[in-house]
Amino acid sequence: MVTRLPQVDAVVVGMGWTGGIMSAELAKAGLKVVGLERGAPRDTDKDYAVPTIRDELRYVVRHDLMQNTARDTLTVRNNPTQEALPMRRLGSFLPGEVVGGSGVHWSGHTWRWTDMEFKIRSLYEERYGRNFIPADMTIQDWGITYDELEPYYEKFERIAAVSGKAGNIKGQIQPGGNCFEAPRANEYALPPLTPILASLTFQEAARNKGWNPFPRPSANASRAYTNPEGQKFGACQYCGYCQRFGCEANAKGSPHVAILPVAMRNPNFEMRTHSWVTKVIKDSSGRRVTGVAYTNLLNGEEFEQPADMVLLCAYAINNVHLMLLSQIGQAYDPVTQRGVIGKNYAYQTGAAANLFFEGKRFNPFMNAGGSNISCDDFNINWEYDRGPGKFVGGFNIGSGFNTVLPIGYRPVPAGTPQWGKAWKAATAKYYQMGMNIGSAGSVMANRYNYYDLDPTYKNAFGLPLMRMTFDYKENEHKMGRAAADLINDMARSMDPTQMNPAVARTDPWTIVPYQSTHNTGGTIMGTTPRNSAVNKYLQSWNAHNLFVIGANVFPHNSAYNPTGPVGALAYWTAEAITTRYVKNPGPLVSA
Amino acid sequence: MKDKGVGRREFLKGAAVAGAASVASAPVLLPEAAQAQPAAAAPTAAGYSFLNLEEAAFVETLVDHMVPADELSPKGTDIGINVYIDRALSSAWGKGDRLYMQGPWKTGLPSQGYQLPLTPAQLYRAGIEATNVYCRKTYAGRTFDRLTEAQREEVLRALASGQVTFESGLASRAFWTVVYQSVMEGMFADPIYGGNRNKAGWKLIGFPGAIAVHRENVERYRDKEFPNTPLGIADMS
Repeated sequence: MVTRLPQVDAVVVGMGWTGGIMSAELAKAGLKVVGLERGAPRDTDKDYAVPTIRDELRYVVRHDLMQNTARDTLTVRNNPTQEALPMRRLGSFLPGEVVGGSGVHWSGHTWRWTDMEFKIRSLYEERYGRNFIPADMTIQDWGITYDELEPYYEKFERIAAVSGKAGNIKGQIQPGGNCFEAPRANEYALPPLTPILASLTFQEAARNKGWNPFPRPSANASRAYTNPEGQKFGACQYCGYCQRFGCEANAKGSPHVAILPVAMRNPNFEMRTHSWVTKVIKDSSGRRVTGVAYTNLLNGEEFEQPADMVLLCAYAINNVHLMLLSQIGQAYDPVTQRGVIGKNYAYQTGAAANLFFEGKRFNPFMNAGGSNISCDDFNINWEYDRGPGKFVGGFNIGSGFNTVLPIGYRPVPAGTPQWGKAWKAATAKYYQMGMNIGSAGSVMANRYNYYDLDPTYKNAFGLPLMRMTFDYKENEHKMGRAAADLINDMARSMDPTQMNPAVARTDPWTIVPYQSTHNTGGTIMGTTPRNSAVNKYLQSWNAHNLFVIGANVFPHNSAYNPTGPVGALAYWTAEAITTRYVKNPGPLVSA
Repeated sequence: MKDKGVGRREFLKGAAVAGAASVASAPVLLPEAAQAQPAAAAPTAAGYSFLNLEEAAFVETLVDHMVPADELSPKGTDIGINVYIDRALSSAWGKGDRLYMQGPWKTGLPSQGYQLPLTPAQLYRAGIEATNVYCRKTYAGRTFDRLTEAQREEVLRALASGQVTFESGLASRAFWTVVYQSVMEGMFADPIYGGNRNKAGWKLIGFPGAIAVHRENVERYRDKEFPNTPLGIADMS
């Protein structure tokens, strides 16, 4: 009934950014690799072409490129005392489900997370004392450093066509870049994107305040580009249909443009789409995995794909789900705080103000995914004192439109009627006058924010759904108030005709509306099997031939988008596998 | 908890749509040439694939109330918002595509989002019926489409602020959420879906539609008026 296929060297689960990178690198090293993707094959020429791609209803509202929640979803609740219920349709976050994964519909924001994150507990304890970190805040150092990751950040940025301006090259501060960033070896391969009016308006005000604005680094090619693998990118057209869309210009750093064709060209690699992995198979010792079980979604046929190595490269949430379903490692229990699988789920937070300027024409429909201006003065700037606000973490503040389309974006001053002539008049009047200033904020790990398997609800395969227990804690509320105050102070300094002020978020997290597809944690990295699921090479402490790659390894979440370190860690891990592991299979770090 | 009217409504589905125009004046889907001259568009019957007579009257009245004609745009039915809603409800989305529909069904907390055992089409159908029950009771036997403008406004405000309790047990807030969103979609989605006729919604705000490239425009039109001549998917196909 289950067909056992011929053994391969490696099976890769998920064909997004990390799956593409791992497949390309392992195949290049001479390993026979099979990639399994539950979504459909899609390519730019037929699927992301103008004009059909320019459809807000289909791609933004109806989630055409996203995970189908009718087949597989999660249950959600804010704390362990509540009964979790299924997320019956997508809302707060949008995992992708096509070849290329969420890397097709992301905006491209690519950051280098620094030692501010990787050494978070040490830094805060050293500066503010141990008692500054609340007892239920389960943050920890990651066991990796910025210096170790720097070359891999650069590698990923060049593969993904990241446009930007360096702020610090080998310790020398560079005008126009982010002065707070950690030292880079080299400038970006592509110059920054052209800022739009909203970004420029904010930039000027930020400079007047003494902040340090800079163009947001983003995987939108600011001009035609060929990446180090020979993959060609077109120039970004500032079309305004970036986030949630595939890019018809091949200007977005998307795995199906940047890296998957590299794997596909290699005879050592085979991709199978419509292939849904239900389990990682362990051997009788439980110390090794032997392959994966999957179903061909086109006919229901079940397969076992044996492999010397299994690499989980699905969306961050789904990697953790597979670990729990496969019973690899001990599931986390928030009461006893034993177990690590499911631990330290984290998310992000934010606040925003709408500003209206009589007479301005912001043309909000012209933008790239990353034509924003940002400030890190309250994020990776360690000079920013968290003592008065009494919180751990940081937030960046920025402005600029990204994919604001008219079903979802029609800014009006608070109190405007929601329909009728007055609504129409205000909608017409304010559309061109509006801009935003917004923050994106970190979320610290907490003892009570975690994943486990739901006791009630099942997916299309009859397997338990993953249960997500999450809420913002007092730490995030305090930080949110600091962010909202700064945003509103900045906004007032710009003397808008009208404004809707930013409000710090203190309500429970909700599954609607959309917030961000930056879900982290669940199989976190660390220094010992007691504090983590994987070591610094994203290798399972339980089974040395299993690697779990994605934002699921982040022990907490920062203000930054996650894809920079996700891509860097994939290259870092690929190198560890191809240069060390294959020669001498075993733990790359001794437990 | 389930609306007991659903069965009857399901029976009516698809039947007796030809007379919808007699309930309220409604335009028909016009060929592209006629669309270019909205002044020439004579109101004729809209062909519906989902809405029954009572529902068509409700939707047509609703969209004309929420989007009244003035110098900024034609009224809702002249933009085709009613047509959009009808098509959406009979589309895969209306039938619950991508909606996780396994029980058990619990009310849940607001933070847990949509938890009703209804597809969008079922919710719409049950909601119209419940709203008309509420209207008849509140306004001397009149359904929503036969209320005065002031009464309609009162009903919509009550729905929007969660002050209506439906006797059927249906959550009025869930109904309002889908109604409001569908009207906005009918006004601002690409015209290929039946609404936003002549790009009236896009022209209202100056959104250029499916146009392909702004690379040169970012600087050329910085703080300047961009031509308000939107193109839809059909115009570029």
